[in-house]
Amino acid sequence: MTAGRFGAFGGRYVPEALIPALEELDRARLEAMQDPTFLAELDTLHRTYTGRPSIITEVPRFAAHAGGARIILKREDLNHTGSHKINNVIAQALLTKRMGKTRVIAETGAGQHGVATATAAALMGLDCVVYMGKVDTERQALNVARMRMLGAEVVAVEHGSATLKDAINEALRDWVTNVDHTHYLIGTVTGPHPFPEMVRDFHRIIGVEAREQVLELTGRLPDAVVACVGGGSNAMGIFHRFIEDEGVRLVGVEAGGEGLDGRHAARFASAVPGVLHGAMSYLMQDEDGQTVESHSVSAGLDYPSVGPEHSFLRDSGRADYVFATDDEAMEAFALLCRTEGIIPALESSHALAGALVLGRELGPDGIILVNLSGRGDKDMHTAAEWFNLVDGGKGESGGSCG
Amino acid sequence: MAESSLGVGDVLARCRAEGRAALIGYLPVGFPDVEGSIRAMVAMVESGVDIVEVGLPYSDPLMDGPVIQHAVEAALAGGTHVIDGFRATRAIRDAGAPALVMSYWNLILRRGADRYAAELAAAGGAGLITPDLIPDEAEEWIAASEREGLDRVFLVAPSSTPERLSRVTDACRGFVYAASTMGVTGERTSVGSAARDLVDRTKAVTDLPVCVGLGVSNGDQAAELAQYADGVIVGTAFVRALSGEGELEARLDALRELTTDLARGVREGAR
Repeated sequence: MTAGRFGAFGGRYVPEALIPALEELDRARLEAMQDPTFLAELDTLHRTYTGRPSIITEVPRFAAHAGGARIILKREDLNHTGSHKINNVIAQALLTKRMGKTRVIAETGAGQHGVATATAAALMGLDCVVYMGKVDTERQALNVARMRMLGAEVVAVEHGSATLKDAINEALRDWVTNVDHTHYLIGTVTGPHPFPEMVRDFHRIIGVEAREQVLELTGRLPDAVVACVGGGSNAMGIFHRFIEDEGVRLVGVEAGGEGLDGRHAARFASAVPGVLHGAMSYLMQDEDGQTVESHSVSAGLDYPSVGPEHSFLRDSGRADYVFATDDEAMEAFALLCRTEGIIPALESSHALAGALVLGRELGPDGIILVNLSGRGDKDMHTAAEWFNLVDGGKGESGGSCG
Repeated sequence: MAESSLGVGDVLARCRAEGRAALIGYLPVGFPDVEGSIRAMVAMVESGVDIVEVGLPYSDPLMDGPVIQHAVEAALAGGTHVIDGFRATRAIRDAGAPALVMSYWNLILRRGADRYAAELAAAGGAGLITPDLIPDEAEEWIAASEREGLDRVFLVAPSSTPERLSRVTDACRGFVYAASTMGVTGERTSVGSAARDLVDRTKAVTDLPVCVGLGVSNGDQAAELAQYADGVIVGTAFVRALSGEGELEARLDALRELTTDLARGVREGAR
C-alpha cells in the first residue's frame, strides 16, 4: 500500500517526471497546515476576501415540495466568484507562493474553477493559464471573458472530446513541461496524491461551519447531508466533518444526464474501477479501458471519473450515491428560483433534486442539509434555452413551482 | 538463434558487442490502420530498427505531443483494439526483432495484469513500457511480468532524484527508459545536455542499459546520443513519416529512408 490511498482507490498514476513535484507539494502542504502563520493568512483571506463563514438558509417554501422535511442550504453560492471553488483556490495559491513558484495552471469545465483561479492569481500576482475544452469555451463564453479580464490566458483545447477531461490532459502536459516554476492548481478532489486529500482539506471548512450552524439552528444534527458529485470537491468538503457522525446519512448526487439508457455521468450506477488523470477510482470506460465520454446538462458534473475518496466512501457503505437526470435537476433548479428567490448552479440543482426525493422519504421530522455549491448566473444561457425564456417565452415548465 | 530467448537484453548486448547503440522505434498500432501499422513496423525492422515499441492507442494520451495524439486518435476512430497489439508483436517477432508494448496503464489494468502478461508472452512480446505507471504502484505488474519472463521498462526523468533513480532502476528489467527532456513526446532541434546528465546519473545507480527518448528526429541527433546512451528511442519522427499525404507505399519508403539514416547515426556515434 502506497501513500495517498483511500482503501483501493487513489494513488499516483502519473509519469515519473512529476513525482518530485508531487512529493514537494505533499511536504509543503503538510508543513503549511501545521504552520500558524499560513493558517492565519488563509483564515484572514477567507474572512475578508472569500466571505466566510458562508451563511445557511432554511427554505420552507421549497421544502413544502419535499414531503415537509426541513431543508437547510449551505450557501457556498454567496462566496466571492460564486461557488465553493474559491476555498481551495485561495489555499493552493498561497501554497504556490510558499513553494516559490510564479505560475499557476488550471483546468476548467463550466468555468467556475477557472474564474476562481484567475481571481486568486490576480490577487497574488501569479501568472495564470487556464485550459478549457473548445466545446466548453463556446458554452461558457462569458466565463472566458471573465478569466481574460482577470488577466489569465485561456487556452481552448481541441483534442479528443474537447471537454473537461481533455483540458486536464493538456494541463498535465503543460505541467510536466514547466513543473520547475509552475503549480498545477487542480480544482477537484481527484488527480494524483496529494491532490484528493489536500483539496478535501481545503474545502473541509464547509462542513465544519455547517455542522455548527445546523446545530445552532435546530438543536441537533441533520438526518442527511446532500451534495452534488462531479469530481466531488464540494461534497467531500461538506461530508468530511460528518463522517464520524454515524447517524447522519451522506448522500452524493451524480449527473444522470439523459438517464442510464442514454448519455450520463452516473459513474457509480454504471462504472467499474480504473485509472484516469493519476488516480484509481470508478471510471466510465469501454471493454478495452478507453475512457467513455460522459454527459450532463451541467458542465461541472460532466466528467467520466470521480474523486477516489468518494469511491472509498461508496464501497465502504458510509455514503450513498444516487443520480438526478437533466430533467430532474432542471425542475429542481426552477423550483428553488420560484419558491425561494435563489438561482442555484445547475450542478447544485442536482443536489436539490436529490433532497426532494430524500425529503419525501424522511417525512416532516427530517432535517436535510444541502450544499448549495454555486450560483446559477453562469447557467442562464442553458436555462433560457431549456425553459424557452428567450424571445418572450413564458417559462411554462415552472408552473408547478408556486 | 533460439527464438524463445530473444529479449531486449540480448539485442542490447549484441549492439554493445558491435560497439554501437541500439535503435528503438515507436509506432502506434492502428495507424493508418492495423494492417498498415504492422507493415510499417516490419519495414522498420528490415531497415535497421533493433527493437520495436508497439504503442497501444489510448483515449487520454497525456504524455504525448500533437503528432502522436493525432495518430492515436485516428487509430481509435478506425476501431483499433488492445488485442491488435498482439498481432503486431507476433509480426515483429517473426521479422526477427523484440517487440515491447508501450501502453498507458488503464488499458492493461482493464484487461487484468495477469491475463495481459500471459497473452503478451504468448504473442511473442518481449515486455511492456509503462509511461504512467511508476514502480511504487506496479506491484501487480511486477509479479505478472516476473511470472511470464517479460521485460519491464519504467521511465526516469531529468527531475528524478537519486533516490527515485535507484527505486525506478531497481524495478526495471531489460533497460531503463530515460525521458531526456521534461515534457511530452515530439521532435526537438537539440536534444541538449540534460540527456547526457540524466544518462550519467542513471548509470551511476544501475548496470542496466540506459536508452534515451523524447526528441530525436534524425541521424545526426542519433549519433550525438549514441556517444553515451545504450539505445536511441525515436517515436514522433517515425509517426510523422507515416503521416504524410499520398499512397501508403510512398510513406513506407519515407519510413525506410528515415530508419536507414537513424541506423547510420547509432553506428557513427560508436564509442
